[in-house]
Amino acid sequence: MSGSTHLSARDIEEFGRELDRLRAEVIASRGEDDARYIRRVIAVQRGLEAGGRAVMFASVVPPAWLAGTAMLSVAKILENMEIGHNVLHGQWDWMRDPDIHSTTWEWDFASPADQWKHSHNYAHHTYTNVLGKDRDLGYGMLRVSPEQPWHPIYLAQPLYNLGLAAVFEWGIAIYDAEIDKAWQGEKSWGETAGQLGRALRKAARQGLKDYVAFPLLGGPAFLPVLLGNLTANVTRNVWAHTIITCGHFPEGTRTFTEEEMAEESRGDWYLRQLLGSANISGPAILHLLSGNLSHQIEHHLFPDLPSNRYAQIAPRVRDLCERFGLPYTTGSLPRQTASVWRRITRLALPTVSAARV
Amino acid sequence: MLTAAAGVLTSPLAPDDFRAMVNPLWSRQRLSGRVEAVVPETSDASTVVIRPGHGWREHLAGQHVGIGVDIAGVWHWRTFSLSSPPGRPDGLVTITVKAGPGGFVSRHVVRRLRPGGVVRLSQPSGRFVLPEILPARLLFVTAGSGVTPVMSMLRGFALAGDMPDVFHAHVAPTGPEVIFGDELRRLAARFPSLRLHEHHTRPGPGRRARRPTMADLSAACADVADRMAWVCGPRGLLDGAEAYWRAAGLADRLRTERFQPVRRPSAAPGGRVRFVRSDREVVADGGTSLLAVGEEADVVMPSGCRMGVCRTCLARLADGRVRDLRTGEEHGDPGDLIQTCVSTAVGDVDLDL
Repeated sequence: MSGSTHLSARDIEEFGRELDRLRAEVIASRGEDDARYIRRVIAVQRGLEAGGRAVMFASVVPPAWLAGTAMLSVAKILENMEIGHNVLHGQWDWMRDPDIHSTTWEWDFASPADQWKHSHNYAHHTYTNVLGKDRDLGYGMLRVSPEQPWHPIYLAQPLYNLGLAAVFEWGIAIYDAEIDKAWQGEKSWGETAGQLGRALRKAARQGLKDYVAFPLLGGPAFLPVLLGNLTANVTRNVWAHTIITCGHFPEGTRTFTEEEMAEESRGDWYLRQLLGSANISGPAILHLLSGNLSHQIEHHLFPDLPSNRYAQIAPRVRDLCERFGLPYTTGSLPRQTASVWRRITRLALPTVSAARV
Repeated sequence: MLTAAAGVLTSPLAPDDFRAMVNPLWSRQRLSGRVEAVVPETSDASTVVIRPGHGWREHLAGQHVGIGVDIAGVWHWRTFSLSSPPGRPDGLVTITVKAGPGGFVSRHVVRRLRPGGVVRLSQPSGRFVLPEILPARLLFVTAGSGVTPVMSMLRGFALAGDMPDVFHAHVAPTGPEVIFGDELRRLAARFPSLRLHEHHTRPGPGRRARRPTMADLSAACADVADRMAWVCGPRGLLDGAEAYWRAAGLADRLRTERFQPVRRPSAAPGGRVRFVRSDREVVADGGTSLLAVGEEADVVMPSGCRMGVCRTCLARLADGRVRDLRTGEEHGDPGDLIQTCVSTAVGDVDLDL
């Protein structure tokens, strides 16, 4: 691992110790303000969801449709990003509140919480950006690193990445069932079918809610409510897809081989998380709506620290990187998004050998 | 049916999650109460008046309740006896808590809880209660804050305006430090059938401080043996009472309530503790309760008294053996419900939590 930077093994250990100290500092200072923060976000989210759905019932007045749809879209984004993803990481488990706990939480996303926790918390966060280990590296359908062998199918990847954005939650639900692993005989078809079945049942409940129950309650507003819910779901999907691809695929983020991560020390692990992740700079509202994944670097260094603390420690992580001469990849949302699309478009074509990206 | 229909609309949340947002007292899955008042009783004890939320089942006099309080963002649970009588016309319940020197939670309850605050509640439970048919004569022996469950009983009698023949012996350091001292004396004045005998262990200058013995009790109350007895207080008092009644062959006439922290045995070897449903695994020593081990690992642990009394903390043992901190006895078969607050790991343990 130390071969991937100019740092000596000793530097890397020191880098790791500094980050351990930072982590311990945050853990020691978790308290009332943090608890109040997450409860407030949850209250605002539920208020927006209930309010948005109520306003949508008045959709005969077009601005009501627009307002209701916007409220519901924001509610779904908050629910997935700042609440669901982070609660499922166990960021709030320290509160010992069974209502806000990784072992009891279920979210408004097609992938059931326990399947997500396995594929995301465990597989992705442990093997971040390791080719052949981190399935999030292209989600088994995108070529995001020149080390991935090219195949003619990738010529279409800009197109189907666009399609994936619209149906992101469904894509992830199917992806979390790890059909590819069953195909390769790494897990049984029975288990995979069971997972798909549970995802399907969850999806059915959500479909029933968004596309049958609430439209029916809307009465004469049946169609506008249905379309409003569909719009909110797609908006959430596109947003989540955008933020998440900006986390690991912009130019400047590195991928690793299994050999590189062999016998990794704690410092090496931190280093890989840093080099494999990219932040998005922007105003506080961007951080909130991205579930603080705009602080992807801090999140990957400390996946289980409360998300409201990432912004607070980001300057110190950045200083640390500067001190050790390490890159700290960040950029505005338009810039990072463009960077992701450039990479996906370029890697759709076969790579001329030895040309590093 | 209606709940199922509402559940479709709130999926993946429950309707309750929205109800609780509006008012925590409306939650049915997370029983809560609102603090109406905090009334000082003595220098270090206060009564907390609570309005219980929906779903609260009325307690029997003498029972205890688990109270969850949010301290610096973290929920902490403890068990306290209810000091209010059942059936109070205003529907309120009270607990009376003494701030112990090492009592992190009790100090918070006595000094920091404010009217308007929300606490979480468990349903009342406990077997330190009166039988359905009252015996002809009753004996209450209490010490310190051990008076609280008995207070609930006495207040119940007073509320009904029907005081049976009661002899109440109470031990406290001094007169002013008797929790409910004034009220007890008023009740004794109002009901001739209630006799109150106060024993002060620090009676004042010039008088010898002394803990009471069972002999003192028999001297004050001639018909101890003929009475059905309820005893609540520190370990010494309870041990003495149990020995006395057992020696008299009257053990079935004695009811006790123990609220004493468990003594930690010396560092015995522990093992790996796996919380199966939470998918957590930690290494535990043999001196730390499984409850503390789980809490330290941020597992959602049901808990209450933390001294093996209330059984709120019961968890299913999936595999392994545990040791009871109170007796040192090793036990456990797969499927057993164990009290995590007084159990430690003996080797590797799997808990269904």
